[in-house]
Amino acid sequence: MGIETEYGIAGRGAERDPAAMSRLFLSCCRAAVSPGTIWDYSGETPWRDARGFQVEEEMAEIPAAEDNRLLNKILGNGGRLYIDAGHPEYASPECTSARDLVKYERAGDRMLALTLEWAAEELPPETVFTLYKNNSDGKGNSYGCHENYLVSRDVPLSRLSEWLAPFLVTRQIFAGAGKVGCEDGQPDVFYQISQRADFFESLIGLHTMKNRPIMNTRDEPHANPERYRRVHVIVGDSNLCEAASYLKVAATSIVLDMIEHDWLPGRISVSLEDPVAALRQISRDLTCRTELRQEDGKRRTAVHIQREYLLAAWDYYDRYGLDMETKEALRRWGGVLDKLEQEPDMLHRELDWVAKKRLLESLMARWGVDWRHSKIVMADLQYHDIRPEKGLYFALERRGFVDRLLSEDEIQTAVVKAPEDTRAYFRAECLRRFPERIYGASWSSLLFHTGHDTVLKVPLMEPSRGTRELTGELFQRCETADELLDALRA
Amino acid sequence: MASEQERKKQRIAEPAPEDQAQEASPNPATLEKGKKLKEDIDRLLDEIDEVLEENAEEFVRSYVQQGGE
Repeated sequence: MGIETEYGIAGRGAERDPAAMSRLFLSCCRAAVSPGTIWDYSGETPWRDARGFQVEEEMAEIPAAEDNRLLNKILGNGGRLYIDAGHPEYASPECTSARDLVKYERAGDRMLALTLEWAAEELPPETVFTLYKNNSDGKGNSYGCHENYLVSRDVPLSRLSEWLAPFLVTRQIFAGAGKVGCEDGQPDVFYQISQRADFFESLIGLHTMKNRPIMNTRDEPHANPERYRRVHVIVGDSNLCEAASYLKVAATSIVLDMIEHDWLPGRISVSLEDPVAALRQISRDLTCRTELRQEDGKRRTAVHIQREYLLAAWDYYDRYGLDMETKEALRRWGGVLDKLEQEPDMLHRELDWVAKKRLLESLMARWGVDWRHSKIVMADLQYHDIRPEKGLYFALERRGFVDRLLSEDEIQTAVVKAPEDTRAYFRAECLRRFPERIYGASWSSLLFHTGHDTVLKVPLMEPSRGTRELTGELFQRCETADELLDALRA
Repeated sequence: MASEQERKKQRIAEPAPEDQAQEASPNPATLEKGKKLKEDIDRLLDEIDEVLEENAEEFVRSYVQQGGE
């Protein structure tokens, strides 16, 4: 699994155009492990719909080499910092566990904060950038935090849609990052659970920037397309609370496990009559008590629906084997649902939307203002400021008001070191050892200069290969890229 | 006005619901804990007062993104 986050960007003394600011900002990043290497776009097919057709609209121009290097920084941890749709974006390396994913997500936030420091050193003093790890500018524009989960190609899209959609619609009760106001002019929505809910208009589709669908059908596995499907989840909020981020990806991964083995039919009844409407309905009810109309005629709360998934999961792992990590995740999931049912405010140490709401309420009391005041709207944004000394989330974290899952050490390590149990390891090692020999890289390929004006492609179509266990010894043995290539051919 | 604001501040700084039960029969330890929490919250809010973007209205008005994914 992997996670990619777009950040909002603001600048003083710089170009007002966010895309131009993003380029200038990214140019200050010094962490590209091989600055000469380009990103290999050739395997990208964002215009391919998993339902078996293409959408021309989604085709984008591939940048020329010079521009490519400006727009892409492949990092020492195997991840990627780049510009997408005019926003700085970080994509984590491939991870095998939810905990690792949160670690590498955090590492990305650090890398961006570091780039801000570099920008402050390099650019004229009047040019100051800020980055926000949120999903809305309050003016109709949204930018995403996308999760990626690898599942078997055998899983039909219809099964995914049927069983994943209700989970995604309801999980915002713990994964939502909170938002002041709304996008459709309703005066009584002063705060809602999800940053993204207002921007979703359809159940299923290919688009990511308009008419956004709860189920995104992009068919671009970045892996062996006969074996794998990459489930691309675009409906989530960007999280800062580690507990929330962890639960979001762990629970989703567990649900996908069950879907892969077709565990759910006959066991739970979660289909919603109107998923898009439900997304907003849930977001706008801060008590988490609102009842959703289901296809079976019943009316249930989001907590109830989540609990159905959770109970099915306990049964599933009871049958197939439960490891410690998953047990922990299930316990945490259950604990959070219990508290949401009693009193959501109890989760102010774990969930972004609750932590932020509490903070904003304290600020309103102190300043004697209400939800619509510009200082509260500013605080809603600044909660997500990624600078540790300015971000309001980081003030909460530093002062012990929110729970942590990770240690400082492990985050620092994840900034510079790739996961060892996926192909990210192989990518990072090659780039680190032979930077001048690598013409291009992508998630599923490495392109080596051969010295004969041609380029040799080493495909990495198996995300679970290229690990330290499988290739570490090769790197010990081979001193040069040529030796490595020979060894791979053998 | 000042005392009204003071009272508001006190109310918000109240301990979390799980602490309410203990407050019913106050003992020195609980009162101390409650007092510390209020102080911690006040210090947090002081810090936020300091770091919050000046000219919030202007900043919020000019914060416009291009649609992303």
